[in-house]
Amino acid sequence: MLTQGYGLLFTLFVLSLIFAIKLLVIAWVVSPKAPNPLKDSTYESGMPLFGGAHIQFDVKFYLFSLLFILFDIESIFLFPWAVAFEKLGMLGLVEMLLFIGILTLGLVYAWRRRALEWH
Amino acid sequence: MQELLTQLITGFGLPAWLSFFLWAVVLYGMVAVVGQVAVVFMVLMERKVLAWLTQRKGPNRVGPWGTLQTVADGVKLLFKESIVGPGQDWFLFTMGPVIFFAPSFVLYALIPFTDRLVGITMPLGLLFVFALSSLSVVGIVLSGWASNNKYSLLGGMRSASQAISYEIPLVLSALGVAVAAGSLDLKTIVEAQNQGPFGLFSWYWLSILPVSFVIFHIASIAEVNRIPFDLPEAESELVSGYNTEYSGMKFAMFFLAEYASLFAMSALVVVLFFGGYYSPVGGLMLERFAGVHDNTLLGLEMVTWTVLKTYFFIFFAMIIRGTLPRLKPDQLMAFSWKFLIPLSLLNVFLVAALKMAWMTDGMLLTAGPFTFNLTYWITYGLTGLMTFIVLVGFGQLFGHKQPPLPGLSAAGP
Repeated sequence: MLTQGYGLLFTLFVLSLIFAIKLLVIAWVVSPKAPNPLKDSTYESGMPLFGGAHIQFDVKFYLFSLLFILFDIESIFLFPWAVAFEKLGMLGLVEMLLFIGILTLGLVYAWRRRALEWH
Repeated sequence: MQELLTQLITGFGLPAWLSFFLWAVVLYGMVAVVGQVAVVFMVLMERKVLAWLTQRKGPNRVGPWGTLQTVADGVKLLFKESIVGPGQDWFLFTMGPVIFFAPSFVLYALIPFTDRLVGITMPLGLLFVFALSSLSVVGIVLSGWASNNKYSLLGGMRSASQAISYEIPLVLSALGVAVAAGSLDLKTIVEAQNQGPFGLFSWYWLSILPVSFVIFHIASIAEVNRIPFDLPEAESELVSGYNTEYSGMKFAMFFLAEYASLFAMSALVVVLFFGGYYSPVGGLMLERFAGVHDNTLLGLEMVTWTVLKTYFFIFFAMIIRGTLPRLKPDQLMAFSWKFLIPLSLLNVFLVAALKMAWMTDGMLLTAGPFTFNLTYWITYGLTGLMTFIVLVGFGQLFGHKQPPLPGLSAAGP
């Protein structure tokens, strides 16, 4: 189990992280280092900086992420249903219709409350 | 191969975990080499295809037909200074490209190139592909925030909102495949598409899942941030988006990982909807027409089909880049939330009902359009209609009739 699938995937991911860091270390060793204040300044189309970038951000992005969590959990519930669909038969189809119907009500609510509008 | 390595290691009297670790290193080495070669080829191909579409010559100085251009660019980027200013958060600024880069190559290990050549076989393969491919957005958001640059921040935030919006149609349309094949194992999904004598027509893209295929392809182009969905790095408005402040090797890593994930997504489209490693005539050509049963030769044919089909979809993505304009953020979000998500929810049920009808009759699921039966033809009609709606909806995004922005009416205030 651990040495076949999930453990191997995790080890590969760690190795990939190490590989990426290794690339950066090699580049750091061989690349020139000649900083100067003008080069190090943040790029803003050649203009003098107009305040920092760590500012308050539009709330719409967060609204969409809240909605995303709803639907992501829904899809996580749907995956086991999809695999077991052959065994569940008609009952599974009807139950999932109800489940998705309730969640679709959430989408309709968000739509009606104009949470999906960008302006 | 893993067994061989294990025997070798334990034969020397060394512990078993060492063989596991060595196998992981060997596997990652193979994955990284294959991945980088594919990326180097794809970058050249993209530049040549774009040049062909705009009637230029493309790179033609370094090596014959510019074949060494990408290598030269890579070496140049390696020797360039990597600038980190005092305004940037050093640690997060460095970790951004690392987190973006790491998952994109691991994806290669999950994709079945032949029935044996799979890095990791796991029963939840499809789920893990989505988990890994959605990790890279964390890297984009990190680097956008750590850059302390307004363009980068906006690019990172746009990327996050886009990735989460298109993740849902992507997963829901792949759910149709899981229902049809009854498994999340990528190899089982490929095998399930090769039933019956219909070849090309029994693959899922036509037989039962054309809606899923179209939605999945649109969403996968959005997931890898390519035109027409490349708002995170819209160069005409955001300079370069989330990688504005990056230079040298860190920039090269963003570049590499973008193309690596394009390859992985195209390979996933092939595995889920285009019969994976099987030939378009059904089964394998060498086995059917030449009577070859040699595993090595058959394996070579399988790899050839997988790679050819994958490059077909990569080529398709490049043509899209050469022909379509970029969308506005409000169009992008509305298209996903108001159009793709309701349709893909509906599609899950259509597929489930279709599978139910097939199962009660005890018929071959992938017999496709060759079965003449009124019930099936009604479902085919519905599926075809939905495919048409999705395609027309996608086309409408690029039409001339766009609603004006509120507050910007032609008559003035």
